[in-house]
Amino acid sequence: MNFIEEFRSSQSGRTLLEYINKRSTKPARFMEFCGGHTVAIFRYGIRQLLPPHIEMLSGPGCPVCVTSTADLDKVIALSRLPGVIICSFGDLLRVPSSRQSLLEVRAEGADVRIVYSTMDALEIARQNPLKKVIFVGIGFETTAPTIAASVIQARNQGLANYYVMSIHKITPPVMRAILDAGETRLSGIICPGHVSSITGSNAWEFIPEEYHLACAVSGFESLDILYCVKSLVDQVEDATPRLDVSYSRAVKPEGNTAALKIMDEVFDICPANWRGIGILPQSGLCLRPEFAAFDAEKNFEIKLSEPSRETPGCLCGEIIKGTRTPLECKLFSKVCTPENPVGPCMVSSEGTCAAYYHYGGKLG
Amino acid sequence: MDKTKILLAHGSGGRLTHDLITKHLVQSLSNPLLNKLDDAAVFESKGKTAFTTDSYVVNPIFFPGGNIGKLAVCGTVNDLSVMGAIPKYLSLAFIIEEGLDISALEEIIKSIAAAAKEAGVEIVTGDTKVVNTGKADKIFINTAGVGFIPEGLDISGANARPDDAVIVSGTMGDHGIAIMAQREGLNFKTAVESDCAPLNGLITDMLKVCPRIHVMRDPTRGGLATTLNEIAGQSQVGIELNEESIPVKPAVGGACEALGLDPLYVANEGKIIAIMPEKDAPAVLSAMKAHPYGKDSAIIGRVISPNPGRVSIRTPLGALRILDMQSGELLPRIC
Ligand code: SF4
Ligand code: SF4
Repeated sequence: MNFIEEFRSSQSGRTLLEYINKRSTKPARFMEFCGGHTVAIFRYGIRQLLPPHIEMLSGPGCPVCVTSTADLDKVIALSRLPGVIICSFGDLLRVPSSRQSLLEVRAEGADVRIVYSTMDALEIARQNPLKKVIFVGIGFETTAPTIAASVIQARNQGLANYYVMSIHKITPPVMRAILDAGETRLSGIICPGHVSSITGSNAWEFIPEEYHLACAVSGFESLDILYCVKSLVDQVEDATPRLDVSYSRAVKPEGNTAALKIMDEVFDICPANWRGIGILPQSGLCLRPEFAAFDAEKNFEIKLSEPSRETPGCLCGEIIKGTRTPLECKLFSKVCTPENPVGPCMVSSEGTCAAYYHYGGKLG
Repeated sequence: MDKTKILLAHGSGGRLTHDLITKHLVQSLSNPLLNKLDDAAVFESKGKTAFTTDSYVVNPIFFPGGNIGKLAVCGTVNDLSVMGAIPKYLSLAFIIEEGLDISALEEIIKSIAAAAKEAGVEIVTGDTKVVNTGKADKIFINTAGVGFIPEGLDISGANARPDDAVIVSGTMGDHGIAIMAQREGLNFKTAVESDCAPLNGLITDMLKVCPRIHVMRDPTRGGLATTLNEIAGQSQVGIELNEESIPVKPAVGGACEALGLDPLYVANEGKIIAIMPEKDAPAVLSAMKAHPYGKDSAIIGRVISPNPGRVSIRTPLGALRILDMQSGELLPRIC
């Protein structure tokens, strides 16, 4: 466990910071893809220690934040069906859809439960044979394998009342979409750590190769992130973009092949609806036809009473793309707070607005 | 009739209730006031009296380092003790879900008796209700407590003053992580035990060397960060911490890293925050370190006048940032 201590060592951190401050001359904009990184960067106070000409932007890396209102509306509609138990990870319950959040439908009597893992959801299905248990599968490549495993387990155990509503997304396509849109003029990218431990760092090779941008895969400790920023600065200063991995204790070039295999066995690649970005082809995961019996979309009639609409004034869509910051949102910290969130970026513990809210407060 | 399970009849007021109370409760918790089995415990008190109550609904009810019974006693003892009171009498009320194993209840009562003995308190009155399956989660416990405050003490969350020192009595986040690690699904290997303990002994030792302690609090739900924010608000002062001096067990730090949590927001059940004039801090610190429940005590920061109501923290890299209150439930990250 000295491991962690080592990656937090203040001495090495300060040395890295000194190096970055000396070496960096060119203005640079780096995007951290992952919400976990956004939180860590704020938590260690890294922003204020970097040279002022280095700008850190937050990207689309939080599954809660990128869930579209339309998908949420579907989940809400499912939760209103008789005899249904909805299971999901905690944060999703608080995200407002067009009209309501899952917490609000729960207060009205819907059976909505927070689970900590898919195994909990399977257990609920086993204990409630007369009910239909729908697990809302949300997340990136990191969570998809465990949900694939739950579907296989349900099949092997003959569980006939377990369904998955898959709103899983995969990350390289959205990275491409952001880069193709060219709205943010980035100089480099900090690639996600947990996601890369499944996909492998190879998944990001296209960033330096096709887009000629600096890139580095990072862990979540202060030194991981500082090492990545150092690498990005070096790449920018030398104009030699490449793929660097500062998180090799968790990330292999080829990723976690066992996890990828089970994901592939259960899921097909299909279009997905990203908040603020819209429908991206080949960026989501849906159940393969062999597993249709477990697919909530195929087994329930989802009726939406009204078309989906975004909350007026909420800039989450822009924030996810890195084109705006929470401080540019008129609702930020006035109308929209973690206690009373207007958009998902304020709900999720890894949301950019929540990170700005909790850690961005001015001192003195 | 299943003799190993709690039945609705155990709460009906009839023979089974009587048996449950006399056999399980009174025998284990025996003391003159309780043994009378009157409708209320009658005792005399003089001087300043502290009175508190709390309900315990923890899940799972058994966890490494304790169970819901130990928690219910320690929690109330600690709530009294941090006010400077010497805890004396507790009430104990159970709401039990039909079907609970009687052996589990026995185990819980055993821990209650042990914790009460360690803390030197008597359980003098109580109540037992049984509810239908599904109407409670195994067992809920409510305890209320009475304690007496010695002459001359004035401890309150509103008493922190600029230049006071902030001390914690040990590592942060042990209880919360022990509970989370125990929950289904989060089966990562940690050897973290809950710190659940009665702290009145430790607090007595502290007050012996420094009766001038301004504030004491136990950082339970919401952890260190939330508790300090409450104190900063009540006292209208700023608090500045030094992150590197806050003790956190490596295993707790590692689990927090894996779950995406901050140990400063994770619950404790056997720790105190104490705030006192800087000049008294060294003496209090050494008294704390001499006690088994305070051996990892550390000075973690100080009270300042700027930024009243806010807590700030110096990160190991040297940056200063706000340490906000926790909002909402602590949930592990999705991926
Ligand atoms: S850790 Fe995973 S879920 Fe969390 S922000 Fe990063 S990529 Fe997203
Ligand atoms: S501050 Fe609230 S309303 Fe504004 S973008 Fe963020 S989540 Fe949306």
